[in-house]
Amino acid sequence: MGRYVARRLLQMIPVFLGSTMLVFAMMYALPGDPVRALAGEQTVDPTQIAAMKKDLGLDLPLWHQYWNYLTGLFQGDFGTQIASGRPVADIISESFPVTVRLALFAFIFTVVVGISMGVFAGLKADTLRDRGLLVLTLLLISVPSFVLGFLGQYFFAFQLGWVQPNVSLEANFSELVLPAVVLGSLSLAYVARLTRTSVAENLRSDYMRTAVAKGLPRRRIIGVHLMRNSMIPVVTFLGTDLGSLLGGAVITEGIFNVKGVGSAVFDALRHREGATVVGIVTLIVVVYLAASLIVDLLYAVLDPRIRYA
Amino acid sequence: MPETLKENTADASAPTAAVPAPAVEVGKARSLWSDAWHDLRRSPLFVVSAILIVFLLVIAIFPGLFTGADPRYADLAHHYLQKPKWGNFFQEDWFGYDIQGRSIYARVIYGARASITVAIVVTALVTVLGTVVGMLAGYFGGWIDTILSRVTDIFFGVPFILGAMVVLTSFEERHIWVVILALAFLGWTQIARVARGSVLTIKQADYVMAAKALGASTSRILLRHILPNAIAPVIVVATIALGGYISAEASLSFLGIGLAEPTVSWGVDISSGQEQLRNAPFVLIIPSVMVSITVLAFIMLGDAVRNALDPKLR
Repeated sequence: MGRYVARRLLQMIPVFLGSTMLVFAMMYALPGDPVRALAGEQTVDPTQIAAMKKDLGLDLPLWHQYWNYLTGLFQGDFGTQIASGRPVADIISESFPVTVRLALFAFIFTVVVGISMGVFAGLKADTLRDRGLLVLTLLLISVPSFVLGFLGQYFFAFQLGWVQPNVSLEANFSELVLPAVVLGSLSLAYVARLTRTSVAENLRSDYMRTAVAKGLPRRRIIGVHLMRNSMIPVVTFLGTDLGSLLGGAVITEGIFNVKGVGSAVFDALRHREGATVVGIVTLIVVVYLAASLIVDLLYAVLDPRIRYA
Repeated sequence: MPETLKENTADASAPTAAVPAPAVEVGKARSLWSDAWHDLRRSPLFVVSAILIVFLLVIAIFPGLFTGADPRYADLAHHYLQKPKWGNFFQEDWFGYDIQGRSIYARVIYGARASITVAIVVTALVTVLGTVVGMLAGYFGGWIDTILSRVTDIFFGVPFILGAMVVLTSFEERHIWVVILALAFLGWTQIARVARGSVLTIKQADYVMAAKALGASTSRILLRHILPNAIAPVIVVATIALGGYISAEASLSFLGIGLAEPTVSWGVDISSGQEQLRNAPFVLIIPSVMVSITVLAFIMLGDAVRNALDPKLR
């Protein structure tokens, strides 16, 4: 087990380096100049720009800049914004918790509602309620999340007045309910479908028949025997899902005006603030990698037949 | 099914009878596909989605057939946010007018082309690139697999919408090709993983061993034996992904970094409609419904194709 974790952690290193390097290269290889952007429409002495670039280390070749960035990162330094002079770490610590809260909220909603819906339908496969669930999930998958967001905003905020259309700076728990439901709806549909298929399939297995024949209470049969075995594909999906919820939050944040990672990245992109964008994407990649490792370790909990060598 | 049986026996005897390999492979491939086609025609899911998709494609190719109105013609004086007239089927004012006094019906009809073009071209690019990467990684294994799989992991790790944002904001003029290339650049990983997994199982098959023993070249094994047999799961994933790209294009346009005016697309219209959500929700809802119907059609098609190609999943 320990060896397996160590090996997985080692394998993460190239993926981590590669993803940050990819975003870094995209930021720097593409046109646009953060120093030039500082001056706006005014004409600036090119020597002044060159001097400033030299100061910031932006005249170095790409690999050297990346090296400087990485060494800084490992000392806990995310870099500094060029225009505002604020440390990127500040911006991240302001915006990231909001997005994480939103994504976690959406994740919990996905897990609880999605799995319950899936079990509910899977226990009675090919009945009316199962068909109903399939149609519902199909609709949730087809309607893009921003459309759901606008519809939710229109009905719950403008028509019914239950919620505020925009989320305040504090991003309270109650304000995040609607955005989280919108954000989680696509994953919810996938989780419900996966659970439903898995449950329906496992219901026919031998160990289920044995459990019923032993006269175990129904709660135990479903809660322990069926659920534990049916959760493996669902857990696999959920592992990659947390990362994509964090990334997809950008759109939901745009609709409900949440001041999270999305707006921070938007501002940074407009000013070509490479360090900010790379820093935020790096954090999301780390969350994604950690989540997929946890999932792999969860397999052994769910299915003792899986051993790690 | 006697047909399939017959072809399978022909298959088994083929190597000993020294029948040229391609004939055998084509026959086998045909049996899988004709079997799937046989199932598909009977699936209501497929029939409904296929009719919808053909209809949408006709709209995309010949928008002039459905409306005589010009989607860019703006008559602010007469039509500012005029409400839809639901009874006027296929008329210019059927879906009302947007904030610039342009016919929403005409815009929705003409917008189909941009949205569907993006989705189809991205899917084609992603399928080709992903299949090539996945096939090479799966077939050759070893260090080629290690490198290609890590590269796939790297691209998979970058969040899709965020990555697309980084690429797209740096282009002043976001022509349709820029959006297509940005989506394809980040989107190929899923297909590559599916193709790799599929090739890994196929390459153990007897007919691949037989082809190797007969001295078939690597390219021949890959193209004639592995590809036709490994492609089914790829096609399923690609069909479902096609719907996803329709909504990705709309999402990026909504964020203001996808397609932009003067291109007519559903995403562009949804993006401009959000300003009037409160007093004129139809401006946003009508193109949104079109996006949703199109995504739904492709996802249903994907489901139907998966059911037909992989009976185990039923």
